[in-house]
Amino acid sequence: MSVIKIKRYNPEKRKDSYFQEFNVDLQPGSTLLDVLNEIKWEQDGTLTHRMSCRSAICGSCGVKANGHATLACQKQAEFLLDKKTDSITVEPLGNMPVIKDLVTDFKQFWEKVDQVKPFLKNESSPPEKERSQSPEEFKLIDDSSTCIMCGACYSDCNVLEVDDKFLGPAALAKAQRFVGDSRDEATLERVKELSEPGGIWDCTHCGECVERCPKPAQPFYRIKEIMTVALEKGVHDNNGARHALSFTKSVKSSGLLNENTLPVESMGFTNIKGLLELVPVGLRMLLKGKVPPIFHKPCGELNDVKRIFKELDQ
Amino acid sequence: MKFALYTGCVARGATRELMVSTMKTADALGIDFVEMKSAACCGAGVLSEQSPILADALNARTISQAAKQDLDMITICSTCQGNLKKTECKLDSDEEYREKINHVLKDGGHQYTTGKTKIKHFANILATPEGLKLLKEKMKRPLTGLKVAAFYGCYVLRPSGLSDFEDPDNPTGLEDIFSALGATPVFYDGRTKCCGFPIVMMNKEASHKMAGNALVDAIESGADVVVTGCPLCHLSLDSYQPEIDQLRQKGYEIPILHLPQLVALALGHSPRELDMHKHIVSVKELEVKLS
Repeated sequence: MSVIKIKRYNPEKRKDSYFQEFNVDLQPGSTLLDVLNEIKWEQDGTLTHRMSCRSAICGSCGVKANGHATLACQKQAEFLLDKKTDSITVEPLGNMPVIKDLVTDFKQFWEKVDQVKPFLKNESSPPEKERSQSPEEFKLIDDSSTCIMCGACYSDCNVLEVDDKFLGPAALAKAQRFVGDSRDEATLERVKELSEPGGIWDCTHCGECVERCPKPAQPFYRIKEIMTVALEKGVHDNNGARHALSFTKSVKSSGLLNENTLPVESMGFTNIKGLLELVPVGLRMLLKGKVPPIFHKPCGELNDVKRIFKELDQ
Repeated sequence: MKFALYTGCVARGATRELMVSTMKTADALGIDFVEMKSAACCGAGVLSEQSPILADALNARTISQAAKQDLDMITICSTCQGNLKKTECKLDSDEEYREKINHVLKDGGHQYTTGKTKIKHFANILATPEGLKLLKEKMKRPLTGLKVAAFYGCYVLRPSGLSDFEDPDNPTGLEDIFSALGATPVFYDGRTKCCGFPIVMMNKEASHKMAGNALVDAIESGADVVVTGCPLCHLSLDSYQPEIDQLRQKGYEIPILHLPQLVALALGHSPRELDMHKHIVSVKELEVKLS
């Protein structure tokens, strides 16, 4: 018998959440969702969880298994077993309020999806037939189109854990679905809005969303695609864009990152408040002899690096 | 053992103590590191925001430089490791893209060949059975009684398909190294999370909260010291530590070491020889514990 430890919560009965253990004889091939259903149907009918398609299509059954978000129907229980304890820990998704047991409130999640205006914007008169796309054009939005809004990425996003103003990976992947759409006419307006605080530049590159995403949507990569479009469209008046531009300039001129110029150029020379924020850490490092060399030494064979930049039109 | 050493930019800049301790560790273990002086920046996931193909071309050039010397590559930065592996994966899985990149590299005399060079983080050669055996053999000062918490750095763990750690959601490689050195590993939830460094210029408050949550978790789990394999994490956890509210409110402070510093301590070097006095958070209590 294996032990399934489930985080229970029912505010009508008890204020705090607690873990309850269920003993289950795991059958080969059973998914975690099968196990949750078995517990509900045969051991405790009050256990509450969401489910529908059982085929990783509807995105309803997202939970945390052993601390990481997953679709319960997509993972076989035996592969989730902690071999030392012969157990699986199941919790509700993170970064959302819990309604009951494994059911969370997606209200904020959907509000953020709405915020990125998830619909095609095209004011021009429609052609006689459909607005067609070439296979190459469709490829740019193929991955983000696969998102099933399960909330797994949102649950484990490291930024959302500390800042709920961040739009989050799911909404930003959805935004890429339209930023990258050849039929959409609001690209500039979209990337301007997405470059505001809480948008693309607040993504911390932790890769959790790539790891948890059950589909090819993989939000981090979609966020980076929006960044590239924002930079191409000249939306440069923010720290994230300035940071990327300064970084590229540094590598172009020396092959390496110049850590002395990057923070100042990222803040922007007229951003007095931002520049002042750099002073304490700069002073601390200066006093300890940790400041990078004043004369930035380039890498060897710099001409070859410059040639590559030129060849790629950068 | 001979490897091409890809130092990365930060080990030559703000965390030169990482370079010092890496070379001392390699010397003591009898590992021959050939520094890749003509390699360019890995792009840190930032260059690719501007141009993904540019970042891949520069990384392909770097990998082909190691291949030319018939050497596998060692990185000492989680971020470099992750970005080089991403390029490797893209080139290995897409022949057309690989040819495009090789066309760009051609005039510089470089060509990327699939599978010719392995890219490994220093931790991943030390955390093998051979590496752990070597550490035990060469150890001069066991770190007995020292409670050490690992901080992995996102890029060596995620995406898991590119990670060399056996179970990137629950890795034990760094902890295996700590145990081999006689120290006591401290396991805590924050060890695989983000340090917040990539957004310190864009959302400082969130960045510091991320670092603070991980450090409070490590301290309250009993750690004497946090050890990282990423110099960017080191900057976030050490250089910015005095500004982190969660720590200030609780009156907490914890020294942060680079992985090669901890290893070199056990191999007999003194904290001063490893430039630990350059850290923002004092290592004095650590020195007392070790004495």
